[in-house]
Amino acid sequence: MKVTLAVQRRNSEAGPDPYEQRFEVGVEPTDRVLDALMEVYRNQDGTLSFRKSCAHGVCGSDAMLINDEERLACKTLIQDVTEQDGDVITLAPLKHMPVQRDLMVDQGRFFEKFRAAKPFLITDQEPSEREFIQSREERKLFDDATKCINCSACYSACPVLDENPEFLGPAAIVAAARFVFDSRDKGLEPRLDVLDTPNGVWPCENHFACTRVCPRDIKITKLINLTKREIKKYREARGETAAEAK
Amino acid sequence: MIHEFDAVIVGAGGAGLYAALEASKTAKTAVISKLYPTRSHTGAAQGGIGAALGNVDEDNPEWHAFDTIKGGDYLVDQQAAKILAEEAVQAVYDLENRGLPFSRTPEGRIDQRRFGGHTRNFGEAPVHRSCYAADRTGNMILQTLYQQCIKNQVHFFDEFQVLELLLDGTRVTGVVVFELAGGEVHVFKAKAVLFATGGFGRMFRITSNAHANTGDGPAVVMRAGIPLEDMEFFQFHPTGIKGMGILITEGVRGEGGILLNSGGERFMQRYAPTLLDLAPRDMVSRAIMTEIQAGRGVRGDRKIDDYVMLDAGHLGREVVESKIPDIADFCKTYLAIDPAEQPMPVQPTAHYAMGGIPTDTDGRVVTADTLYEGLYAAGECACVSVHGANRLGTNSLVDLVVFGRRAGRHIAEYVTGADMPSVPADAGEAVRLRIAELKSRRGEHPGPVYEKMQSTMMENVGVYRDEERMSTGVADIQALREAFKSVRVQDKESRFNTEVLAILELENLLDLSLITAASALNRTESRGAHSRVDYAERDDHQWLKHTLAAIERGAVTITYKPVDTSIWEPKPRTY
Ligand SMILES: Cc1cc2nc3c(=O)[nH]c(=O)nc-3n(C[C@H](O)[C@H](O)[C@H](O)COP(=O)(O)OP(=O)(O)OC[C@H]3O[C@@H](n4cnc5c(N)ncnc54)[C@H](O)[C@@H]3O)c2cc1C
Ligand code: SF4
Ligand code: FES
Repeated sequence: MKVTLAVQRRNSEAGPDPYEQRFEVGVEPTDRVLDALMEVYRNQDGTLSFRKSCAHGVCGSDAMLINDEERLACKTLIQDVTEQDGDVITLAPLKHMPVQRDLMVDQGRFFEKFRAAKPFLITDQEPSEREFIQSREERKLFDDATKCINCSACYSACPVLDENPEFLGPAAIVAAARFVFDSRDKGLEPRLDVLDTPNGVWPCENHFACTRVCPRDIKITKLINLTKREIKKYREARGETAAEAK
Repeated sequence: MIHEFDAVIVGAGGAGLYAALEASKTAKTAVISKLYPTRSHTGAAQGGIGAALGNVDEDNPEWHAFDTIKGGDYLVDQQAAKILAEEAVQAVYDLENRGLPFSRTPEGRIDQRRFGGHTRNFGEAPVHRSCYAADRTGNMILQTLYQQCIKNQVHFFDEFQVLELLLDGTRVTGVVVFELAGGEVHVFKAKAVLFATGGFGRMFRITSNAHANTGDGPAVVMRAGIPLEDMEFFQFHPTGIKGMGILITEGVRGEGGILLNSGGERFMQRYAPTLLDLAPRDMVSRAIMTEIQAGRGVRGDRKIDDYVMLDAGHLGREVVESKIPDIADFCKTYLAIDPAEQPMPVQPTAHYAMGGIPTDTDGRVVTADTLYEGLYAAGECACVSVHGANRLGTNSLVDLVVFGRRAGRHIAEYVTGADMPSVPADAGEAVRLRIAELKSRRGEHPGPVYEKMQSTMMENVGVYRDEERMSTGVADIQALREAFKSVRVQDKESRFNTEVLAILELENLLDLSLITAASALNRTESRGAHSRVDYAERDDHQWLKHTLAAIERGAVTITYKPVDTSIWEPKPRTY
């Protein structure tokens, strides 16, 4: 079948404003949108700029707006976003991050927030044997949070970031939750200075946009709420108030 | 721009990151990576990392070393395999202690599963040796190592791509690097350089490898005059998703999944009566191709793209969802099937390069007679050689952490006693001119050359080989290297010019394809993944030796290096 990719493009040569360019591509309905992009890139227009690597949804390189929704181009089949021969698929860069060129965005701030969440094991326990002993139930508590591939789809979809660009954002909270709920880690305490602040977990208003778009099916909103609850519990136990209430 | 570091690590997958963690303990270290580190293909590894912890069954490193050597059809350097198996155990504990979320046994220990070719007591029966985190083990390794690098404030240059190695005689002096964002060419001067650039499966049409797996490290090193080892040995993993090549981990068979032909027969019973579906990959891939050629593939048309079925339905939903959740997700996304209910259509997919940059067990680059001072390689781009003619599943992740760490440690020590080399005043100029020349060419889009390379390699240098096909492969690739001269870079911009890099990557793949095809044609025997219809037997008398190959003046020249067989005498390989 044939489809048209309507790509929102932007580069310095053509000036700072975005413009749309259309490419007609022959595809199979079961091809990935990324395959169609590669076809254009290799055979029609080598200036088309986008990131990609693994091609099966595990590296997080190619999140973009496909028909106005955050998706990975390699995890979206043509048949998922078209109905018939000749249909148009729109492609645009993610939101809430500066566009570098065409579909490439600058994830610098996104990763700064990720790093701020201290996404590494903090512990002063020694493993009781050569390995830490952790029950299957304990392991399960943070399993979902380990699946994040830093694709930024959630960061683009989050309506809170429209208003408040300083909000820590869904992915960084997921990164923190990955350790907060790990029995081997000191958990919340070393991360309170990031999470329990006015721009930490509290701006989240439960829109669920992040959860809907996450290509790894992480229950992000749930993890944010669990983290909030953990903070409240921690503060209450010490007779303190959480930043939310301040 | 000129930078100066004690150590430059090229690549931020498992091997590069582990080396960086060790090297940065004493050395001023830069990690240069063309991808943002967590996008590296180590993140795609699914099934597990092999180590004889003995958490589920009795096990010991000696059995692991033996399986590795036998699995590699005796082309493995045996002392290196011993190091691999012995150090694997502590490496896995170290990863766990640093936060790696392994799946757990009911007692809360690191859980282990069975994997192809890993056995108890020198081949008696499959053993639970693969330590795993669901089917996301590589992602968890990559994340854990990157997390440690963040913690230790390792210095990263993300989206910087190495294009040239600088040597002064046999001593390393630095690398020339292209920065994607600004389009600038940088020179990194360094006492030590380690290549950890991963695999190059993209030379084949059906592959489990990422778009970024273009073999830049081996190609750049080879162009500096250093030959590559055992490039004819490329592994085809038996179970890639039909038509796409996306990997279905061997862990599915480790958990009890079975392969079926069009008649619903468990055909591995005929090929490997003891290990069955858990025989080593080269054997299972050949068995599938033999079934297909006999008309017992699902379509039955005997074409090389026919396929067989992998059935996991009898494992039950609980096992599928807890042990192979990502596989279930891939099947849903790409095939619209549920593996707890329906079998998966699979075919061999180009997966892993056993060959690469020749090193010793400290990661130092050495050929038969030359040691390159300050130059190191680790991970899939290197050839230690612990995988010989065929790698066992789970042994690459071990290779990354064991030899990444050893190389990093050696670098940490080496740089304390070495002086900073100097680089020529015009370093980087050749690369600048090359890029300008590519941009000024009139010519063709790269697509047709890319596609032809991938299809000729798939058809002519695939699972089964013979003289006629491989000769065709060599001739095709030579013609494509000519055609490449009229491929142009359309993108004239300097900012975020991905096309310049993509075209240089294609050139790397073409060079490595030529070396692979020519080394294969040269080896007149069958061993491990190199299986010739016209020379069906292994020939230890003539061929128990490593190939070293390079391109000189447009043609491939080949020399050899001995194999270390100091522990176990080579025996026929049956399972
Ligand atoms: C789908 C899949 C599943 C697998 N599953 C398993 C498994 O279960 N167990 C197992 O043991 N093995 C497995 N393997 C094999 C194993 O994952 C790989 O061999 C291994 O991860 C390679 O790691 P690496 O560090 O060598 O390279 P990679 O992780 O590929 O990293 C390469 C790095 O080099 C950088 N780079 C490349 N070129 C340049 C350049 N020119 N300049 C700068 N940087 C550059 C990249 O940016 C990247 O950071 C699997 C492989 C695949 C494809
Ligand atoms: S939480 Fe999901 S959507 Fe957000 S960055 Fe991680 S994988 Fe992407
Ligand atoms: S290319 Fe890796 S997630 Fe799409």
